[in-house]
Amino acid sequence: MPHKNKSLSLLTVAALGAVAATQASAATLDDIKNNGEIRCGVNAGLTGFSAPDENGRWSGIDADFCRAVAAASLGEAESVAFTPLTAKERFTALQSGEVDVLSRNTTWTATRDNSLGLNFTGVTFYDGQAFMVSKDLGVSSLDELNGATICIQSGTTHELNIADYFPANDLDYQLVTFDTPDQTAQGFGSGRCDVLTSDSSQLAALRLQLDNPDGAMILPERISKEPLGPVVRQGDSQWFNVVKWTLFAMINAEEMGVTQDNVDDMRDNPPNPNVARLLGKDGNYGEQMGLGSDWAYNIVKQVGNYGEVYERNVGTDSPLGIDRGINALWNDGGIQYAPPVR
Amino acid sequence: MLRPSSSLLRRGHGPLWRNPTVRALIVQIVLFLALAIFIGFLVHNTLANLDARGINTGFDFLDRRAGFSIPQTLIEYTSNSSYGRTFVIGLLNTLLVSAMGIVLATVLGFLIGIARLSPNWLLARLATVYVETFRNIPLLVQILFWYYAVLRALPSPRQSLSLFDTFFFNVRGVVMPDPQPLPGFTATVWALLLAVVATVAFAVWAKRRQSRTGQALPVYWIGAGVIVGVPLAAFLLTGAPLEWTIPEMAGFNFRGGVNILPELVALWLALSIYTAAFIAEIVRSGILSVSQGQTEAARSLSLPGAITLRKIVIPQAMRVIVPQMTSQYLNLIKNSSLATAIGYPDIVAVFAGTTLNQTGQAIEIIAMTMAVYLVISLTVSFLMNLYNARTLMKER
Repeated sequence: MPHKNKSLSLLTVAALGAVAATQASAATLDDIKNNGEIRCGVNAGLTGFSAPDENGRWSGIDADFCRAVAAASLGEAESVAFTPLTAKERFTALQSGEVDVLSRNTTWTATRDNSLGLNFTGVTFYDGQAFMVSKDLGVSSLDELNGATICIQSGTTHELNIADYFPANDLDYQLVTFDTPDQTAQGFGSGRCDVLTSDSSQLAALRLQLDNPDGAMILPERISKEPLGPVVRQGDSQWFNVVKWTLFAMINAEEMGVTQDNVDDMRDNPPNPNVARLLGKDGNYGEQMGLGSDWAYNIVKQVGNYGEVYERNVGTDSPLGIDRGINALWNDGGIQYAPPVR
Repeated sequence: MLRPSSSLLRRGHGPLWRNPTVRALIVQIVLFLALAIFIGFLVHNTLANLDARGINTGFDFLDRRAGFSIPQTLIEYTSNSSYGRTFVIGLLNTLLVSAMGIVLATVLGFLIGIARLSPNWLLARLATVYVETFRNIPLLVQILFWYYAVLRALPSPRQSLSLFDTFFFNVRGVVMPDPQPLPGFTATVWALLLAVVATVAFAVWAKRRQSRTGQALPVYWIGAGVIVGVPLAAFLLTGAPLEWTIPEMAGFNFRGGVNILPELVALWLALSIYTAAFIAEIVRSGILSVSQGQTEAARSLSLPGAITLRKIVIPQAMRVIVPQMTSQYLNLIKNSSLATAIGYPDIVAVFAGTTLNQTGQAIEIIAMTMAVYLVISLTVSFLMNLYNARTLMKER
């Protein structure tokens, strides 16, 4: 009786579909506590942001931010499952629940914030789109790039910025679109394109991958605003708040001078009420988010404050050597600013 | 499945559920309803969930401005064109590389398939080595090989290899002169059309004449002469109204001329060479399927080897070859989606890549892309089935 068997199996499939469809999408924090780890979407290989180091450990600002979220929500910075994603895959992976938070040098734009069912929680790095050329070309500004062939990564805001900027300035260009940053760097290195474009921080990282990093230079112009930040799914305010305040805690800690080294002293003998509130000696600021009172202490103790994470991964001491610039604190000439904990 | 319903009306042969016709009908209705409900549930559930998560749905995005540019466009396209236009551009690029691949793979495959059966020891072994090498290396690896290992090894534009200073080969592909038709060129186009029609008519007439009188005419030679000669004469008589823009190095790149992207060349070569290995085996099996007696009979009639192959063996081999060729053509078309690995702007890279990422409307875009491959494949399959019907054995 083949017919009956077929309809039976169809019904089974339908039933399974119904079960899968009704699974709850809210309460990410509870799920994470049950699983004992957060799943974090990162770049597959971008030095300074997220890349496996020589020991196979993920390092970079974006990777450290994942650890900070894990420290705040689970009390253990290493409870992170890193999922490397391409620019094209990243939003689908977050929408479908494959990752809990996306920390992958992603530019905050209106479309992404409003129409993808996602929310940006803040800005971990203020960046701008820049252009890298070979020094042999003798080019010193963007205006001289008329007729150039440009390597670019697909699924990025850069594709859109370039199509705005070049025609508006009467510049001809030809694009070569690749899927990964590595491919664009290879294309640039082999001479397939004259110019490599991306966020200036990313260019600094890709430059190190070239056979001859000193032969390439980054042009001074920035043609766009690229605020890079973490992203979560829409519709779970509690989780949104946890991720948002993780960054705020890191920035506030730097502003108050709380570092990985002195955080224990600071907690035992808070120099002022602000530090006492941040480190959980006063008030119930962690509990308000469903976290422990030591949420910010864990972040700073296990990962560091914003300045420490910046200097370690992309700052002047790191191979990338990027100045703080506008990423300095608001009271130090930059625009990094966090609301107070109170 | 359904039998004539006459038995449905006949009562008195036991209860209704014992009647196989009624039972079959009921099972089919139930099955159909279950399937319809299941699909309806999936669609409804998806839409409800997308809505609940604040993700945009619908096809409105197709009219919105795309705002990004594409390196190879066969028809007019700028960054001000719509997302719908990016779909067409990607589709045309897919069709271009597929059509080029099918032509080259067929030619190569036939040559190598016949070479494998050649009595020449060296030729047959070389063909075997070709088949065993290329069909056993994954296609993606071959694409990467051609792109990174072969084409990336070419010099920079300033040090281009040139052929007569009109064709240039460099790491950015091939640059060649671009023909610009001047007024009066239409005469040549009409002459070509006329020549093709005349040749077809002549071929039909010659075939009828042959079946009537038994005399064969050299249709191929006459046809080729007409198709080349007539347009050429028209072209020269109207004063050669065609201008060639010779590419020149200016600034970063060559200006003028047509630029063939290395991504296209790499994908085309890899697809053709890979598929040709399979086609060669199909051709060989087709030829071997023709009974040895046919060749012996032809030889005993003292037909020359070439005519035996062309008139006796291949027509019969085609019955075995054509259905399998259809599968290979379909594979080639679908494999062209590996373009995205080297940045060739096919429909997967452009539409299911950049457009999907900029709009975030994954379900609509993936559905459209799958529908496109389905339609292309069904069309190819339909055309090949028509051709197959013609090559079938005519039972007399």
